Amino acid sequence: MSSVELARLQFASTSIYHFLFVPLTIGLALITAIFQTRWHRGDRDDDLRLTKFFGTLLVINIAVGVVTGLVQEFQFGMTWSGYARFVGDVFGAPLAMEGLAAFFLESTFLGLWWFGWDRLSRRVHLATIWAVAVGSTLSAAFIMAANSWMQYPVGYVIDAGTGRARLTDIGAVLTSPVFLRSFLHVLLAALVTAAVVVLAVSAWHLRRASSPEVFARSARVALLVLAPAVVLNLLVGSELGVTEGEFQPVKIAAAEAQWTTCQPCSFSLFQVGGGTADKDPTKLIQVPHLLSVLATNSWDGKVVGLNDLQAQYQAQYGPGDYIPNVFVQYWSMRVMAYLAGLVALLAVWGLWRRRRLASSPWFLRAAIWALPLPFVINTAGWMLTENGRQPWIVQGLQLTRDAASPSVGAGAVITSLAVFVLLYGLLAVVAWTLMFRHARRPPPAVDVPDDAADAPVPAPSY
Amino acid sequence: MILADVWFVALAVVWVGFLLLEGFDFGVGMLHGIVGRDEEGREEAIGTIAPVWDGNEVWLVLAVGGTFAAFPSWYATMFSGFYPLVLLALVGLIVRGVSFEFRAHAESDRSRRVWSATLTVGSLVTPLVLGIALADLLHGVPIDTAQEFVGGPGDLVAPYPVVTGLTITLLCLVHGAVFLALKSGGDVRRRATRIAALLAPFGALAVVVFAAWTRFGYGHGAPAAAVELAAVLAALAAAGLAWAGRWAGAFAATTLTIAAVAGSLFAELAPRVMVSSLGPAGDLTIANSSSSPYALTVMTVVLAVLLPVVLLYQGWTYVVFRRRLGRSGPAAHPPRAMPPGDEGPVAP
Ligand code: HDD
Ligand code: HEM
Ligand code: HEM
Repeated sequence: MSSVELARLQFASTSIYHFLFVPLTIGLALITAIFQTRWHRGDRDDDLRLTKFFGTLLVINIAVGVVTGLVQEFQFGMTWSGYARFVGDVFGAPLAMEGLAAFFLESTFLGLWWFGWDRLSRRVHLATIWAVAVGSTLSAAFIMAANSWMQYPVGYVIDAGTGRARLTDIGAVLTSPVFLRSFLHVLLAALVTAAVVVLAVSAWHLRRASSPEVFARSARVALLVLAPAVVLNLLVGSELGVTEGEFQPVKIAAAEAQWTTCQPCSFSLFQVGGGTADKDPTKLIQVPHLLSVLATNSWDGKVVGLNDLQAQYQAQYGPGDYIPNVFVQYWSMRVMAYLAGLVALLAVWGLWRRRRLASSPWFLRAAIWALPLPFVINTAGWMLTENGRQPWIVQGLQLTRDAASPSVGAGAVITSLAVFVLLYGLLAVVAWTLMFRHARRPPPAVDVPDDAADAPVPAPSY
Repeated sequence: MILADVWFVALAVVWVGFLLLEGFDFGVGMLHGIVGRDEEGREEAIGTIAPVWDGNEVWLVLAVGGTFAAFPSWYATMFSGFYPLVLLALVGLIVRGVSFEFRAHAESDRSRRVWSATLTVGSLVTPLVLGIALADLLHGVPIDTAQEFVGGPGDLVAPYPVVTGLTITLLCLVHGAVFLALKSGGDVRRRATRIAALLAPFGALAVVVFAAWTRFGYGHGAPAAAVELAAVLAALAAAGLAWAGRWAGAFAATTLTIAAVAGSLFAELAPRVMVSSLGPAGDLTIANSSSSPYALTVMTVVLAVLLPVVLLYQGWTYVVFRRRLGRSGPAAHPPRAMPPGDEGPVAP
């Protein structure tokens, strides 16, 4: 493998890994804040126990989210120095703002929340968990603004002197249609992820009749978050497809393995074959008009095929292959959408049984087994987004192969890749062991809380 | 060009802020197994930094992200050129960063020992490697006129950068020991004070060597000389105050020492940001590596608005956790949050 391919492999695997933890942080911070707010309002011990129970999962998860995020922060310079030079003027700004506006908030207030139970008044303490939730949401906003600029660059000019992108309008970057929609999509994805995790953990306990009153409560909250989030995300996702059809048409054509231009276009549920070299896959079960609707929002919309797009790009950018890996596009779209549909069904089923969850063994079983789904969905979503941008690193402006660091050889990348794989593998084993172990315990008992900051503090309790 | 200069100073301040704040976190991380002879002692030592270290580390994130935004070429050349160092620093940051939480939730003595060891090693490797990297900026590495690093790993570990890295690591140790003297009680505090008094003179010696080497090897300009002088004086003061058992004063002095040592690197660098060992034509300077005026204006506004807010709430955190931790205190976990080890039987 060339050092560019290795660098791509490294960036893709470390990003996907980071994003296993990220959406759970964002969503669980919010759900924990909801539990604590309910406790603050209603003063029921059950809500406090849930706050602490899921708060513990949150902090373990964040520990890994933070250290893997650090790696991301350095990687644009380590393996993508060509990219960093070319886009830094535009791309660096949201990244630096993320540190200033989001990470400080998130990290500082997480410390205050976790260690501040007996030092802050109840109201201020409640505010700290909300600050964590706001911080993690803001961080998603800034990083998605950066990422969306790579999909659809706006608010810049190419500097005649340096040949590099130069920021001209930060407002345009922060209000780009691609950004607004994909940010919303990611935020809802985070809620879906955390809600499924809370639901699965609660279902596990309900099946064993362990603290059933407490976990029936958390299961209901999870369902109330999950159902609207997943349904909305189906809508936002299909809107995102339309946005993509407009700004990155090759992505959506590749996701449907649509080589020839069509109007109206049907959507195939499955296909056999269909790699980049196989231009004539066998499409099974075609749904007429569906692709037109998904890609253009109209019944008879036209989708330009890959062959035409390739010809158009060659005329525009010179000779080269401008088509991403079609197989990956086709299947990541379907994995995301089909599994999202499954999660939506689960949410509806759960809402229907919400008053008798404990006596719905089949639902509980399904909810437990749904645990991995959001993680697979998220990964497929990012494969769709990032792979679909290839061969560009910044759509239409810079090719991925021109973006790598000239001074970093394959040997260096192999070394770092091996180190990350090893280290991340270990982190996954430890973090998930700790989280599973914690998740199977009953929620902690609480005594009557008192706010006296000077009360004698019990011995350290790890 | 004015804004680019502002950003150079701002980044120097952010690096300094990172080293001062995370400096005592590194120190406590390295020392917790020595000052804490038993589990309770180790927990007490970690408890002094547990609520704040994560927020402190964001200063590093800001330094890196800020460099990307304000000086893209500096960011690109530095992090690709220093590849092996950056990888090592990341490994240090990763193992250290997860150790806090993994240790807190560990259930056997053996795994607690493992996470203590990773905390110690991570807290040692990170400042050492970052110190070497910062000094490499000034010492110079092979950079061609296209601003690409053209050397190998061997070019990154010359004597001066290694001495600087060791100096910064030693200062973190002293800083951390003094911090523990202020924030802990009982046996932990006694051992920390002894270590601080023992190490502070060596810290001062290291700073003298560093300052002299910087001045005579790399010096240019009087302002930088003043910063180096301040480093020496502060280090001597720290040693004196530690001997006298004046811990608040000693902490101020170690803070100033770290600030002046890191500051002198930046003071000598300016107006360059990375020196090329192949001659001035390869130097990266504030002028030839910075972002456009518009981007810098945007970033300056954001910084001017947000940094004071950040300083306010981070400062408030230290007020909230100001109390000294004694033998009996503070839970490294919220007291009523979890019964010890947040255990309890696993549900059937
Ligand atoms: C949609 C959300 C999202 C996405 C796409 C990314 N991150 Fe992330 N990141 C977060 C959302 C997030 C978070 C939720 O805010 C985290 C996870 C756990 C945490 O504590 O914060 C985080 C942590 C985190 C940290 C540690 C912050 C700290 O020390 O507190 C850094 C430096 C980054 N990220 C940087 C990146 C970079 C450079 C990315 C681009 C490849 C990236 N993240 C993708
Ligand atoms: C955290 C969630 C993310 C995931 C899961 C993800 C996924 C991926 C994947 C799968 C690739 C490889 C594409 C291929 O092999 O064809 C990739 C590449 C890349 N992505 Fe992302 N990405 C994420 C976020 C981001 C963000 C937020 C940015 C920028 C701000 C970004 C920038 C890049 C870059 C620079 C590459 C390498 C060059 C390339 O292959 O295009 N990614 N990412
Ligand atoms: C539970 C529901 C879903 C989850 C959790 C989810 C998750 C994700 C994630 C994490 C991404 C990558 C980030 C981004 O670009 O925004 C993504 C991308 C995308 N999703 Fe989804 N998704 C869901 C449902 C859907 C559905 C039902 C559709 C369409 C019918 C859809 C369409 C898309 C499209 C088109 C992209 C690519 C955006 C781009 O290229 O910029 N999503 N999804």
